[in-house]
Amino acid sequence: MLFALEVAISGLLSGIMYSLVALGFVLIFKASGVFNFAQGAMVLCAALTFVRLLELGVPFWIAAGITLIVMMVLAVVIERIVLRPLVNQPLIILFMATIGLNFFLEGLAQGVWDAQVHGLQLGIDDLPWEPLANSTGMLISIFDLSAALICGVLVASLGVFFHKGRIGRALRAVADDHQAAMAVGIPLQHIWAIVWAAAGIVALVAGALWGQRLGVQFSISLVALKALPVLILGGLNSISGVIVGGLLIGAGEKLAEVYLGPIIGGGIENWFAYLLAMVFLLFKPYGLFGEEIIERV
Amino acid sequence: MTNGKSIGDTLLRVDDVSVSFGAVAALTDVSFEIREREILAIIGPNGAGKTTMLNVLNGVYQPDHGTMTFNDRTYTRMRPSEAAEHGIARTFQNVALFRGMTTLDNIFTGRTLKMKSNLFMQAIYWGPAQKVEREHRQAVERIIDFLEIEEIRKVPVGRLPYGLQKRVELGRALAAEPKLLLLDEPMAGMNLEEKEDMCRFILDVNEEFGTTIALIEHDMGVVMDISDRVVVLDYGRKIADGHPDVVRQDSAVIDAYLGVAHDAA
Ligand SMILES: Nc1ncnc2c1ncn2[C@@H]1O[C@H](COP(=O)(O)OP(=O)(O)OP(=O)(O)O)[C@@H](O)[C@H]1O
Ligand SMILES: [Mg+2]
Repeated sequence: MLFALEVAISGLLSGIMYSLVALGFVLIFKASGVFNFAQGAMVLCAALTFVRLLELGVPFWIAAGITLIVMMVLAVVIERIVLRPLVNQPLIILFMATIGLNFFLEGLAQGVWDAQVHGLQLGIDDLPWEPLANSTGMLISIFDLSAALICGVLVASLGVFFHKGRIGRALRAVADDHQAAMAVGIPLQHIWAIVWAAAGIVALVAGALWGQRLGVQFSISLVALKALPVLILGGLNSISGVIVGGLLIGAGEKLAEVYLGPIIGGGIENWFAYLLAMVFLLFKPYGLFGEEIIERV
Repeated sequence: MTNGKSIGDTLLRVDDVSVSFGAVAALTDVSFEIREREILAIIGPNGAGKTTMLNVLNGVYQPDHGTMTFNDRTYTRMRPSEAAEHGIARTFQNVALFRGMTTLDNIFTGRTLKMKSNLFMQAIYWGPAQKVEREHRQAVERIIDFLEIEEIRKVPVGRLPYGLQKRVELGRALAAEPKLLLLDEPMAGMNLEEKEDMCRFILDVNEEFGTTIALIEHDMGVVMDISDRVVVLDYGRKIADGHPDVVRQDSAVIDAYLGVAHDAA
């Protein structure tokens, strides 16, 4: 029983890390109604910039600060060059633009820095947390705990920021109808820049945490794939959905690995999340918390 | 119609505005003016360029040439944000509401520029922001009362019937307390009763708040009833401009509406 609890907890903790990646998608979807294909590339950009600065001997917090600024500048540039000319265009065109952006960012990040594998140490040990281990015998990694804490705080604060009164309304308005949003005086451009900057911050944190886990290299952009089932489960436009979706998938995945793995063979972690999401899709096509789109015909 | 209101000076003047989309000349050298406190109807057959004209006025399209003079300042193009800041509000021909949001929230967005406090400040100082929100809430509730849509306050507008959506869209425009209200076919697709209600609202807004209104409408009965002046467009050109009764007798207007061939002798 204790073991099951331990498995569930470590699953929940890694689930929050999925939530974090998924959050980047949700922010941009909420503000522009578009699925940002380039989110993974943004994670790569942030992680690579951060790790290379550290390797150049830049102190930790300064490197984090510089990377943050880089991501914000990137957001403003993306708004200017990619998004602004596409106002009022069909969403599919915006989506195509993010595909282009994805390859551009991947190339840029690896061009400016390099395509090697870099180890990243955040100074948080990936060892069991002793007080807990001693008192209950459960082995829960300090790194998992801290990462979950950081993600939780970030997700919660962004959730509050983007849900409160005016900003929440402005976001949803922009996502619903560009032209009408501009007609009532919502500063479309600022909203987009703010949201992409927030997605950049999320990418940095995700890049750093996953970077320590997986090493910083091209394949870190694939953590975006981990976010997809979470998005299906939670709904593309719901911040609370992202949290719950991440937790469900994290815990489900770990429990399935441990308890179903021996029966149906290992490697469940690679596909279980998608299976869960797909089963879910049958019952709630808009996700747990997604807004249903009610069309009158 | 004479209701004792005093129509004032020119609020907005359009001079020689032309807009083309590729080979289509949507507007050709159109000039007219909108005077303070009047209700101006812009009419014309389908494709005459009426919507294009409104889109120029609130900055969606940039004219190829020509100018707009608003409040004594001349613009060769108006950005949508500028138009909003100058107090130009509008509704759209095919209802452009924020579909997922409630009636209340939709009308709230109309107050965006009235709630001038910086978005960032709002994010940081939650307390004062709530106070501001409450004040604006009252303005929004007044509009909801005025338009008689209390019952649908909390309903996502995507679920409302078309006639009510048009009313909510008017509400959103009114929430900005506009100087100039542009309405693109506010009564299209409505039944008789809904049309009468909408007419009443438009007249009330004009009389009670002195709001200047330019509206596009196909229903001639409505146009004759509520407008002070009529501008007629046909194939992107202005063919008449004047009092409704005069315009109605105009032979060019009659021809345009009866579809007389343009090259006929
Ligand atoms: N964005 C656009 N791109 C290309 N052509 C356009 C565009 N907007 C309008 N047009 C063309 O310009 C002309 C005028 O269109 P507009 O929508 O202004 O007419 P309208 O008078 O509002 O007609 P209706 O009564 O049908 O609404 C039409 O030929 C239309 O096809
Ligand atoms: Mg039109």
